[in-house]
Amino acid sequence: MSAVKSMSMIQAINSALDVVMARDEMVTVMGEDVGFFGGVFRATAGLQAKYGKNRVFDTPITECGIIGVAIGMGAYGLRPVPEIQFADYIYPALDQLVSEAARMRYRSAGEFTCPMTVRSPFGGGIFGGQTHSQSPEGIFTHCSGIKTVIPSTPYDAKGLLIAAIEDNDPVIFFEPKRLYNGPFHGHYDRPTSSWAGHASAEVPEGYYRIDLGKAATVREGADLTILTYGTMVHVVATTIAELDPAEAVDAEIIDLRTLVPLDIEAIEASVKKTGRCLIVHEATRTSGFGAELAALVQERCFGHLEAPILRVTGFDTPYPHALEWAYFPGPVRIREAVAKIMKD
Amino acid sequence: MTAEPLSNRPKLALHVPEPPARPGEQADFRKHTLPAPGETPFIAPETAASAMRDHAYGLVRVLGDDHTAQGGWNPSLSPETLRVMLHDMALTRAFDDRMFRAQRQGKTSFYMKCRGEEAVAVAAAHALDDGDMCFPSYRQQGLLIARGHDMTDMMNQIFSNHADRLMGRQLPIMYSVRSKGFFSVSGNLTTQYPQAVGWAMASAARGGHNIAATWCGEGSTAEGDFHSACTFASVYRAPVVLNVVNNQWAISSFSGFAGGDETTFAARGVGYGIASLRVDGNDALAVYAATKWAAERARGNHGPTMIEHFTYRAEGHSTSDDPSAYRSAEEASLWPLGDPIARLRDHLIALGEWDMDAHTAQDKALTEQVRLANKAAEANGVLGDGLTNQPLETMFEGVFEHMPWHLAEQEAQMLAEWKAAGLPVVLAHNAELHP
Repeated sequence: MSAVKSMSMIQAINSALDVVMARDEMVTVMGEDVGFFGGVFRATAGLQAKYGKNRVFDTPITECGIIGVAIGMGAYGLRPVPEIQFADYIYPALDQLVSEAARMRYRSAGEFTCPMTVRSPFGGGIFGGQTHSQSPEGIFTHCSGIKTVIPSTPYDAKGLLIAAIEDNDPVIFFEPKRLYNGPFHGHYDRPTSSWAGHASAEVPEGYYRIDLGKAATVREGADLTILTYGTMVHVVATTIAELDPAEAVDAEIIDLRTLVPLDIEAIEASVKKTGRCLIVHEATRTSGFGAELAALVQERCFGHLEAPILRVTGFDTPYPHALEWAYFPGPVRIREAVAKIMKD
Repeated sequence: MTAEPLSNRPKLALHVPEPPARPGEQADFRKHTLPAPGETPFIAPETAASAMRDHAYGLVRVLGDDHTAQGGWNPSLSPETLRVMLHDMALTRAFDDRMFRAQRQGKTSFYMKCRGEEAVAVAAAHALDDGDMCFPSYRQQGLLIARGHDMTDMMNQIFSNHADRLMGRQLPIMYSVRSKGFFSVSGNLTTQYPQAVGWAMASAARGGHNIAATWCGEGSTAEGDFHSACTFASVYRAPVVLNVVNNQWAISSFSGFAGGDETTFAARGVGYGIASLRVDGNDALAVYAATKWAAERARGNHGPTMIEHFTYRAEGHSTSDDPSAYRSAEEASLWPLGDPIARLRDHLIALGEWDMDAHTAQDKALTEQVRLANKAAEANGVLGDGLTNQPLETMFEGVFEHMPWHLAEQEAQMLAEWKAAGLPVVLAHNAELHP
């Protein structure tokens, strides 16, 4: 058992990289500003000094190149962990991700694989405007051959990242940057808080894994299942906790943690127990991952449902800057949806 | 500020490139300047890229019109090596002819020949070490032939039959042959370029000894991946050979649509500070010499090389297009740099190391060798056998290392619908491949 330390999500991610790089000399970290500087969010701080420039290096500003090069490194035998500085910048790499990385094992019948984990900060709530706030997970969950993982706590971030890097298939690892330095409860007008003192910020300094494909039950409840992930886990939990006693709902909150492969058993068990299902994500609504969740729940739990499945999401507009908090699916939108679903 | 009425200015005009000749017109290659053999001088492989920019605008040539090898780039290969290269090029052509016919006979869906470009792949394979990793496009089948890969295995892939190691998943000719250092071919263009650079960077980072080589067509140098790869290759001095096969045509679009009217493709490398050579791609000795030069440069940690192979796609892009619909029919026969096989053959004959009888006999033997390989492949089935070629379950295998529940469910659904239709769900003949 290694010592446990209070860590922010950024520190936990840094620790995961450190631990896995020490264990496996094939693990190679690359990306814009990740080397000497240690990343714009400090996720890779100190790694170049510790592991050298052959294993941690800065790259040119071409996401297509970063991912293409990482695929080639994977074919050589390395275990690349490229960083895309913001998820909003990932689109130039889409062809390399969707047509190459995701299909390498399949198209070569296993002759070549792509054991790559793409780390990328995603989501809004930081006044990042339309180019530093997006949640493009639905693009990747829609394509075959790639896994999508999204942590919501420092403990999960480290365990899931280690499992992702050790996975022999390509993984998109989206880090909710609003949570890097503290949990966010959805109240933009209240002071920010840090991770200090949170149980989920107590992180072992050594090696541990959280298997991909396993959801976590954040709050057990009997009346309503809420499926969510990333930043919204905290927003949902706080909103439910702060409901007026008259409106209080015994909600079961499930943090999906991995979108592909999805923990369908946990979802089914919960919805069959509660009979109601609300889906909450920050990404835009149309064709978002919530649509897939709603379809799955409807297909599998229809006989148990006592109300229509509802979705709380970002709106189908570009992520606005000045109007960020009118866009963000915060406590008001969640409360309205909870009230409606409980009334039906 | 506008000083004069806009109406006084000439109207802007959009330039849309047009090839020198369309169907029914006289083929015209006057726009190409072709230096004589020896005119583009040999330089040391460690020469700084900044000191050899003229080479991107010259043309490395060895074989002259008189069939002799000339100038500083002459690799001075033994007659034995020359005969092996000639053999491999002729075998590649025989393979192509047979597979083109197989497609026309309905035995597969698609084929792509490399007629006229055999030297580009075959001579490169001979100049590289067998352990060097190749990231080809879809027209470098000559690499596999030259590395001695089993032609029946290639044909099994083309027929998507039950012996196809790729389980019928890939379009014909999108081979993957790891044992021969031949990376899985993608149908998306130039994606292999940054991948090759990444492989080369990994080899360097790990202190390895093998280099990477990659190929794309002149048309797809327009892809962003090409430019990303060049930036990475230059920045990290990656031990990689970046080949641009300028065969003048990208399906029906001539090289002008990739910028070929304005400069050479080798000149793309100059802007990145990459050593760049423009080579007569129909001259096996020049291709060999340039590739050897680039490999030596890479092995000495002097960085990447871009090689433009100036050649001509003598036939259609694939079995799916008819070149007589978009270009002059005489172009292939009038191409000023000739045919790569005929040129190497004539060189060997000029050396007194080969004759027409031997050549005719060899062609006959190669045709027979390909026929036998084809027979063996057809015994494993052809695409027309359809759904009996692969066990249905293989559709779901290998999407991930371990099959997740949603794929398992979809597989069960497919097997159930197959069963409901009264069709066989498991095919024993392939059981040994997929235990």
